[in-house]
Amino acid sequence: MRRWFDDLPKYADDSSWHPKGVKRCRPEIFLLWLGLPLTLLAYFTVGAVLCLALGLNQTNMNDYFAFGVWIVVDLAVIALGAGAFFTSFLNYIVGKTELKPIVNAAVLIGFICYVGAILMLGIDIGQPIRGWFGFWHANVHSMLTEVMFCITTYAIVLTIELLPTVLDNKRISRVPEFGTMSHNLHTIMIVFAAAGTFLSFFHQGSLGGMFGVLYARPFAARGGLGIWPWTFFLFIWSAIAAGPSFTTMIVMITEKVSGRKLTTHNVKMLMGKISGYLLVSYMLVKSADTAWWVWVKLPSMGLTMDDMYHNPYGYWLMWFELGLFGWLPALMLLQEKVRESYGWLFLAMLMTCTGVALNRFIFTIQSLALPVLPFEKFYSYLPSWQEWGIASLVLGFGLLVYMLAYRYLPVFPQEPELNDK
Amino acid sequence: MVIDLDKCTGCGACSVACMSENNVGVLHDETDKIRSITWLRVYQIDNGKSFPDTEVAFIPRPCMHCQGGKAGTPGQAFFQEDPLLDSEAHPPCVSVCPATATDYDEETGIVSQIPTRCIGCRYCVAACPYHARYFNWYDVPWPKGTPRALSPFVSPRMRGVVEKCTFCYQRYQRARNKALVDGSEVGEMDYQTACTEACPSGAITFGQLQNPEHKVHKLISSEHTFRLLEKLHTDPKVYYMSKREWVRKMADNYVTRHKKLAQAAAGGGH
Repeated sequence: MRRWFDDLPKYADDSSWHPKGVKRCRPEIFLLWLGLPLTLLAYFTVGAVLCLALGLNQTNMNDYFAFGVWIVVDLAVIALGAGAFFTSFLNYIVGKTELKPIVNAAVLIGFICYVGAILMLGIDIGQPIRGWFGFWHANVHSMLTEVMFCITTYAIVLTIELLPTVLDNKRISRVPEFGTMSHNLHTIMIVFAAAGTFLSFFHQGSLGGMFGVLYARPFAARGGLGIWPWTFFLFIWSAIAAGPSFTTMIVMITEKVSGRKLTTHNVKMLMGKISGYLLVSYMLVKSADTAWWVWVKLPSMGLTMDDMYHNPYGYWLMWFELGLFGWLPALMLLQEKVRESYGWLFLAMLMTCTGVALNRFIFTIQSLALPVLPFEKFYSYLPSWQEWGIASLVLGFGLLVYMLAYRYLPVFPQEPELNDK
Repeated sequence: MVIDLDKCTGCGACSVACMSENNVGVLHDETDKIRSITWLRVYQIDNGKSFPDTEVAFIPRPCMHCQGGKAGTPGQAFFQEDPLLDSEAHPPCVSVCPATATDYDEETGIVSQIPTRCIGCRYCVAACPYHARYFNWYDVPWPKGTPRALSPFVSPRMRGVVEKCTFCYQRYQRARNKALVDGSEVGEMDYQTACTEACPSGAITFGQLQNPEHKVHKLISSEHTFRLLEKLHTDPKVYYMSKREWVRKMADNYVTRHKKLAQAAAGGGH
């Protein structure tokens, strides 16, 4: 199909860099598209300069809301980026090779999520120059130490996992050394998939554990198994349930925006099925955890469920998290008819991702919003425009990397074959 | 530390003395109470009744220097998430710090803070239910000349780090050094916090809780003594006293709804 811009004069031709057998839009159009992530990154830069130069007083955080939108976004994107480690694990270690057509995309999205989160955390801490103290003066008892170590090392693993896709670029692979390197990396990828699984498993858990260990904050405090609070397991579980959905959702959005088919629907259905079964099992455990918290844990702290929900953080949050964006998408994804339909599958996956992001929001913001001392006040929080600017980094950086990767790297091996037909 | 709330008039002298002793600065906008720094904050509470039955009390709140956990067998709980496990001291804020910028002194029971090691992640602020930890959202605008009047024994903190009450640890260090030179022990009156000395009504008493010779040891055995949020097992070292029951009740959370239901079930309703 010819499009209006096909007849415009060509100023530059980068088609020799495009993956084999695929069609990409003209460079001028691509440059226009790049305006979107670059605008977001400019917004981020303004926020970042203000926060670094003038301090975190540029945010709306305070001593009651010690964490804000940045931690929510960090936790959410790391959970959604779990598609990378879980898809790699299923593909390389379990041997579920049907997922091979989507594993590159999963790794790319995971890379974006993790690197974006690390960059944001660099601004979130009050003394960014001392960020390395967490490694040098590491407190082995802190869940956050474990998170710092694992996120950083896993970002390195993701970079290595992504490297073969970069080296497989049509022009880069012409260099014999790069071609050999790419081939060798492919053969040992199982090692990195295993390392990634190990690291990601633990830091997803530690991110949950970060809240579960706050034994003096009644909303976050949960029981546990051995040395691990329940939230440790719940965060892993929800991340591996939502990760495949998020990966697939991004692929579906790319298909709609580019007008090209990138993977077969069977791959998407399989990802949906994996998400669905994991989400149902997660919801069972999460519901049990909530019931135990309401009927056992809270009364032991002299509190009831009513004390835990105040407007604007009212009961609606719980019903949305567990019902509308929890059980409902879980049951939807179990239905083959839902998975067969492109639209319904997308909707169910979007709801799954929303539910997990909402869970991260609730654990961060609601845990801090509720006053613990009986004579304390209730405060609510809205991020400042500078905070939103920094939060937009993940989106801006993500779009930029994803657009460049889609244009120049063979991310979707099925694309040439599917679009030839 | 024991604070007699029936003696406290809410004058704030303890807060001022604390700020002066510990080089806590005054910010441009001190009305922004959720960002200003008050190591020892004085809360005002009332019994919720209208005039003429209204009663007011003031609760000075320094850092509670929580012990958490049970003393004795260190290392049994690696992440120490359960305060009831037999483990070394486990204040809510200490085990969470990724950079070991806060620590629990087993000898004195004081929760320390090392601002120069703090990376400003604020995880400890989130962990503390007493809001006793403060983040430096701003650089302190010291007026010209005032830095010369700062105490040389306490480092002023920079923007982007967390700070808190240390029970005037510098005073303990001085007393300990003096005792070492004299070849004696640190006596009860050798080490007193600035707030204790400043309180005009003598509401604050400071000493070693476990030492039978010290006044605080006797005070905490009173039936009118209580601690804030005891149900959370933070095991604070700051005790409060009040003969007024509503004040004591205000110190912790109670399952009022469950109690009502239980009363109704027992026929005590209506």
